[in-house]
Amino acid sequence: MNIVALFKLVPDLVEELEIDGNGTALNMDFLRLIINEFDDHAIEQAILLKERGGAQVSILGPDIEGVEDVLYTAASKGADRLIKLTGDFQGKANNHAMARAVTSALKELQPDLILTGVQANTDLDGSLGPLLAEYLDMPYVGYVSGVKVADGKVITRKEYPGGLVAEMEIKLPAVLGIQAAEQPPRYIAVAKVRQAMKTATIEVRTLAESDLSGGSTIRRMFKPEAGTRAEMIEGSAEEVTTRLLDIFKEIGVL
Amino acid sequence: MNQDIYVVIEHLRGQAADISYIMLGGARALAQKTGGEVVAVLLGHNVQSLVNNMSADKVLVVDHPALAEFTSDAYQKTLAGLIAEKEPRAVLFASSSIGADLSGVLSARLNLPLISSCQRFSADGRPISQICGGKIMVESDLPEVTTLLTMIPGGYKPEEGQSGKTPEIIKMDAPALDDLRVTLKQYIEAEAGDVDISKEPILVSVGRGIQTQDNLELAEELAKALGGVVSASRPVVDQGWMPTSRLVGKSGKTVKPKVYLTLGISGAPEHAEAIMGSEMIIAINTDPAAPIFDIARYGAVIDMFDLFEVLIAKVKETQGIR
Amino acid sequence: MMPYDAVKSILVLIALLASFGVFGWRCYLALQGLRRGQSTPAFGGWGERIKGLIVYVAAQLRLFRFKAPGIAHFFVFWGFLTLSLTILQAILEGLLAYTNPHFVLPLIGNFGPLALLQDLFILCVALAILYDLYLRLIVNPERYKGSHKSQGLMVLMFIFTIMLTLAVTNGIRINLNDDLLQRYRPVSTLIGGLFAGLNPATQTIIEETAYWIHLGVVLLFLTELPEGKHFHIVTSIPAILLRNLEPRGRLPAAPEFEGQVGVKQVEQFRWRQMLDFYTCTECGRCQDMCPAFASGEPLSPKLLMMSLRDHLKDYSSASLPTRSLIGDAVAPSTLWACTTCYACDQECPLFIERIPLIVDMRRYLVNEGEVDALLQKTLANLGRYGNSFGQSERMRAKWTQPIQPVIKDARKEAVEYLWFVGDYASYHVMFSDITRKTAQVFQKADLDFGILYDAERNAGNDIRRVGEEGLFESLAEKNSAAMDKCKYNTIITTDPHTYNTLKNEYPANGNHHAVLHYTELLDQLIASGKLQFNKKLGYKVTYHDPCYLGRYNGIYDAPRRVIRALGCELIEMPRHGDRAFCCGAGGGKIWMEEQPEVKERPAESRVREAAGMSGISTLVTTCPKDLVMFRDAVKTAGLEGKIVVKDLIELVSEALELCKETVREQM
Repeated sequence: MNIVALFKLVPDLVEELEIDGNGTALNMDFLRLIINEFDDHAIEQAILLKERGGAQVSILGPDIEGVEDVLYTAASKGADRLIKLTGDFQGKANNHAMARAVTSALKELQPDLILTGVQANTDLDGSLGPLLAEYLDMPYVGYVSGVKVADGKVITRKEYPGGLVAEMEIKLPAVLGIQAAEQPPRYIAVAKVRQAMKTATIEVRTLAESDLSGGSTIRRMFKPEAGTRAEMIEGSAEEVTTRLLDIFKEIGVL
Repeated sequence: MNQDIYVVIEHLRGQAADISYIMLGGARALAQKTGGEVVAVLLGHNVQSLVNNMSADKVLVVDHPALAEFTSDAYQKTLAGLIAEKEPRAVLFASSSIGADLSGVLSARLNLPLISSCQRFSADGRPISQICGGKIMVESDLPEVTTLLTMIPGGYKPEEGQSGKTPEIIKMDAPALDDLRVTLKQYIEAEAGDVDISKEPILVSVGRGIQTQDNLELAEELAKALGGVVSASRPVVDQGWMPTSRLVGKSGKTVKPKVYLTLGISGAPEHAEAIMGSEMIIAINTDPAAPIFDIARYGAVIDMFDLFEVLIAKVKETQGIR
Repeated sequence: MMPYDAVKSILVLIALLASFGVFGWRCYLALQGLRRGQSTPAFGGWGERIKGLIVYVAAQLRLFRFKAPGIAHFFVFWGFLTLSLTILQAILEGLLAYTNPHFVLPLIGNFGPLALLQDLFILCVALAILYDLYLRLIVNPERYKGSHKSQGLMVLMFIFTIMLTLAVTNGIRINLNDDLLQRYRPVSTLIGGLFAGLNPATQTIIEETAYWIHLGVVLLFLTELPEGKHFHIVTSIPAILLRNLEPRGRLPAAPEFEGQVGVKQVEQFRWRQMLDFYTCTECGRCQDMCPAFASGEPLSPKLLMMSLRDHLKDYSSASLPTRSLIGDAVAPSTLWACTTCYACDQECPLFIERIPLIVDMRRYLVNEGEVDALLQKTLANLGRYGNSFGQSERMRAKWTQPIQPVIKDARKEAVEYLWFVGDYASYHVMFSDITRKTAQVFQKADLDFGILYDAERNAGNDIRRVGEEGLFESLAEKNSAAMDKCKYNTIITTDPHTYNTLKNEYPANGNHHAVLHYTELLDQLIASGKLQFNKKLGYKVTYHDPCYLGRYNGIYDAPRRVIRALGCELIEMPRHGDRAFCCGAGGGKIWMEEQPEVKERPAESRVREAAGMSGISTLVTTCPKDLVMFRDAVKTAGLEGKIVVKDLIELVSEALELCKETVREQM
């Protein structure tokens, strides 16, 4: 069984985000890029499947700063092939372009199962998984929090709001959008990553020209108004209740 | 292409999701710019009654046994045919477990643009999306072709998508729904074991101010009415009134619910750190100087016990719980 | 028929050969595990080592930390040494019974004062044994629980019998006018008096019987020595001679075995560490001092040593090891319970070091990814951001913003003092004000100082003790690289943990500057008159010694001098100085999920101790982690209003009457 996990690097939200001079993109100078949290789970799920039933696991990610760290960490977990994708990932690249460009590299790997994070914090044209699935003519199921492989198929746990879970059966090959691995990504000690740097090799694939069609054209980017001290609700229990109910309705709790 | 705005109604187990009404509200705002109609699209089996109070000019209903429960393959096939045939100005999907599975695949299949995480439309009818965990807003052009959008809450209220009258219903035929690659095996209800508060969208969190274990029942009642669960700060767990699995903060869990309603929590740093990821913090405390008010979006200085009775009753009333 | 004397000589010879044979064989069996151990770095500093033998073996200095048991042990030990000559006499007179019936040891055998000393020691040892019996049977302190009780009692009975039979033998010989030195043996004379009425023949039989019992028990004891806690009689001398002379705050490097980091199997410990397993006397002093044990966590430093000993014995005798070291012999929860406070090792009369053992096993667990969720998140934060709070490094110096004049950037200009601020003092909300006060105090004293701003990372003291050696190295490299680019003379730290690793562990990375804790610096500034207080605070306070300042680095006096210079009256808590009770945060514990077994958190126990002292309103600390733990504990223990916890710098700032407005609310 060939499992491919695909990851993206996204801005670390711990950092103050800045918008560039044109007002249409993030200022990349001070950005720290980290692995998309959901992609980290996708990698973990791929490793868990390998540990459980045996598989060849390939990890693919775009060649930008930080990619090698992620790849070597994955190797320490047990990934078999590490591939970095070179191409234009800065600035305007979107998921449509990425999905189209990575198709040929993925076909070459002949995957039975492609795992990717269900979403990323920079997604503006949908998430990568469904786009990939369609370009590869594979079925897609997202919001997955558990995967079992069974004879040409996978059974996944698909999450719905309120704790409801649907068991979906999907014919392979397929693409899954991982919400959470069956167990949180394991800790990899620094020494292990350093060891992997000495032993593992990273392959390189060059991606085709980006075709951005299907994505959005950004007119402007801006920050929401900064939050300050709480807006105080004055009055009696009845008055406070009335306001709270309005708030609950506003955000869709009621 | 016409100027109509389509909304793919999201429903699960016989219930329309709130986001469906929010989307209808958004669709109405957009349709006023484009000059088209708001058209709800309902896929399912024997679900027609769901549209009764929807604020739409028309409803396209595709009724087929294979659409009774959501599966991506069948829904994608049906919608692909429908969108290609009708060519609306825009199609709104929920940014959810259902809508996200559909929109991306359809964008690629139909070669139509997709704009995700749209919260509202600008005065000019341009979609405004929220990215980077809400830290950045993006205003995009609305392309001059049929555009798919996924919507998040926050821009429109569900009431804006509700109406007193039943819209006109147009029945559509489903395409051939065989050879499906994805099938639903079964639903699994939320597990009976203790809840994972780090995954709960609605938390009613109590602190030292709760005073006694018996008072926790009030918090439980409120949480239940809101569809959430009770979590607690350290003093409450220390007393053994709540299990450690419900502890928020140091030694406990970090939470990021949609709503974090605190009752009698002062907001010590250990606690504050663990709740910063919450989408909205609402704080109730008798101490106006409590630090919790520095991080909360809304606050009220009131005795929680005065509030409980009224609030629980009203929430229940709204939710239709006796 | 052979004469009795000839039979006696032969029997004694056989008994000797047999018992020494058994003793030797058992020693071999017991210690064969050591041969499997890893090599130990060469031992230097022999002068210091031999001095240790005098101070800690001969003078038994550490034993007196528990007064009465210490005195009892002192007498047993010295009695044993002095009376070993009488044992030698007994053996030789038996061996030579046929050829030399009236043998006495040459030279010393006829030396009266020695005989007097020996005779008095018979009484002292017997009394000490009676006290020990009383301690074990009547008092039965908590620290003995889990120790081998019957073995302990058996050995006490052995020693008592040896004393009694010696006195009886000597006494009867005195009665029979068979002892030239009888006037030097008052105790034996007294005991002999009990038999004086019997006829000489009967007395001779009793004497001979007592002799055989004496020798028999001595030899039996010998064979029993390698079997249990009394093996320390043999191993304590090499253990103390070969004790660790490195600074306490310097952990040994992580052992590595073909890609494995840390210790997974018992044979991966160094043989010197294994020697400690056999040296442990199960006295439980370590357990008495252990904050993890006191709080109900599954760690007893004593039981840990006993399980390691048992496991090593099993491991080296079984052809195929069946039990695992981590999991079967030692539970991971035991390893994670340790706060690395050093109270156990400080107390141990035999210099056994438990913390390096614990850290070596933790290193294995961490390298295998077996860490709890909170610790995992913290380590990930430390790896990514260089601080445990998961905040951007660009926010590290945010606290400096309102301070005027601007604090020097040590990377850009030379400074006298490089202030290594540390994570808690930089990021924790509780500290922004306190850290600014520290800066103001430094400015008030006209100190030429600077900080590393966003180039500073967590120094790594507790990361190392958690067992994440690779991460420690990587952070140490980054800090060292940043510091190497600066021009400065002395490092100052806020945090004792930071202090410890910078002082003791960074020099190995090529950093040779002096390191001062801020309390040492304040002490110097006060002594030199650079810091003068107009206001006498007049508070009655108590002071908590942070583990990494006190026990690890011996800084007890400087903070106390500063407190007194402020005009405060310092009242010591019952547990103070090198017996200060850890707050429970160290060794990375502050980053771990709390165990459900915890009955009373160490920090709560500590604030109760402080609050229980009459007239004390303030608990002073000099460690940021203490402050966080204690302030939280004051709340959870319901002591608000009874005691406040303050960092020493807050009092200094108050006594200097530094204007508050310059630090107000500009965050």
